[in-house]
Amino acid sequence: MSRASGRTVARWAAISAAVVLWQVWARQQRSSFFPPPSAIAARMYQQWFSGPASHLFLTPDAVGNVLPSLGRIAAGLGIAVVAGGAAGVAIGRSVALSGYLDPLLQFARALPAVTLVPVFIALFRLGTEMEVATIAFGTVWPILLNTIDGARSVDPVQMETARAFRLPGWQRLTRLIIPATMPRFFAGLRLSVSLALVLMVFAELAGSSNGLGYEMNNAQSSFDMTWVWATIVLLALLGNLFNLLELAVERRMLGWHRGARGRVP
Amino acid sequence: MTGTAMLDITGLTHAFGPGTGHPVLDDITLTVDEGELVSIVGPSGCGKSTLLRCVAGLIRPTGGRVVLRGAPVDAVPDGLAVVFQDYSRSLFPWLSVRDNVALPLRRTQPGRAERRAAALDALGTVGLTDTAQKYPWQLSGGMQQRVAIARALACDPVLLLMDEPFGSVDAQTREDLEDLILAVRRDTLMTILMVTHDIDESVYVGDRVVVLTPGPGRVRADLRVDLPAPRDQIATKALPAFVHLRTEVSRLVRDQPGDAGGPGSAGRSAPGDDSRDRNRSRAARASQE
Repeated sequence: MSRASGRTVARWAAISAAVVLWQVWARQQRSSFFPPPSAIAARMYQQWFSGPASHLFLTPDAVGNVLPSLGRIAAGLGIAVVAGGAAGVAIGRSVALSGYLDPLLQFARALPAVTLVPVFIALFRLGTEMEVATIAFGTVWPILLNTIDGARSVDPVQMETARAFRLPGWQRLTRLIIPATMPRFFAGLRLSVSLALVLMVFAELAGSSNGLGYEMNNAQSSFDMTWVWATIVLLALLGNLFNLLELAVERRMLGWHRGARGRVP
Repeated sequence: MTGTAMLDITGLTHAFGPGTGHPVLDDITLTVDEGELVSIVGPSGCGKSTLLRCVAGLIRPTGGRVVLRGAPVDAVPDGLAVVFQDYSRSLFPWLSVRDNVALPLRRTQPGRAERRAAALDALGTVGLTDTAQKYPWQLSGGMQQRVAIARALACDPVLLLMDEPFGSVDAQTREDLEDLILAVRRDTLMTILMVTHDIDESVYVGDRVVVLTPGPGRVRADLRVDLPAPRDQIATKALPAFVHLRTEVSRLVRDQPGDAGGPGSAGRSAPGDDSRDRNRSRAARASQE
């Protein structure tokens, strides 16, 4: 057995053991606050995944709450990627812009995005726009700051090579600066993806008429702890799924980086 | 062989930093004829790389002029290609070997198929056709420098500039690359200006050796190399003329007047002596003591 597959087995064994322990413990406790995993799984199935095949087995509740949340994350992250990536390259490559904006950026980054939720509520009213704004504002900083760093530290030898071979400005951007910035951009994106989930739940808890945060509110106010736990587990699964997706994209885009750093023969 | 002037450097002076700054080059005047291979040697810090960058239009000198084929150089000119010392950083790791070589051609050749054909052709010249699909970091250092040479050749330059191109490869690879450059020069009649810190190399590949003084660099000597072609790593280096020249250059680089009897110069360069890099042989001696 290879080392990699050995590690996968070990990881799944640890997760399975934790679930089994939780199951045994919860069955003994019979506490309504800590339902056993079997009950949570059954509730998740009933709540979201027992719909008709024509709807990909999604229930109306899943369509009404899970999909809007996913949509908001996609929109918020999308805005952060485009804005943070473009602004990051521009600022990173411009000494003047960096000089002016750096203190401002450092200050804005230290500002917790959730504190701006009241402002966004006032600006956009309750609803999707406010939630997307919260996610976008919160997730843009890791992407922006990492991209600035990456664009700033493009190897001077590579820049000189581009000049010596007279690459036109546009090609210098697309063939050199953007690829060279990618490793740092993805380091920022990884942080932003985890942040996006937190911000989505928080924004929806603050005020929303649908979404997983809204569902969590409902579950809590109806004292249905199994429902609360089902939502928590679903969010955990989504968080893991996002990370896997991000890693898959990163692996595809940055194959050269891993190879160049690892000096694979 | 020598025809009209390809490159005319007149009174080239350069200083880094503000004001009068830190002088690096002082009044360099040098002419390179078409088809010539000129080696530039000098102690480290003599500004030889700066000289090359001024010729390439990468640095604007603080004084003097560089004229390439009759046109003053004030930006990177047409018909020029550069091979940098640091091949692992000058190749783009996100592009395949073929795309690295083809990249500079995008400016002049709109067709992708033509660019790829030209890139494969250049890779064939340096003996690397098989590695076109690989990435630079999958190749050895010597092969990476061959890719950098192919990238320069693909542009079909009239003037090829090389900045200590073989400074970081092992001795055997260095000899192969020297012979590759001589073969390229023979087949293309390209004009080549090569900066090196290796005295044997400067004599072995050059038609002329220009020796610079320690910084700020001035031209200390401009020696013609009258060694028969084709040059051969063993036979040429055993010729008395070669030994004499390398001793002369060595003396000039070390700033020793008069006879070249100092330790490690004439005495170390007997025929059959395989220590080619002065620093290496000195280090070897030091470690024996």
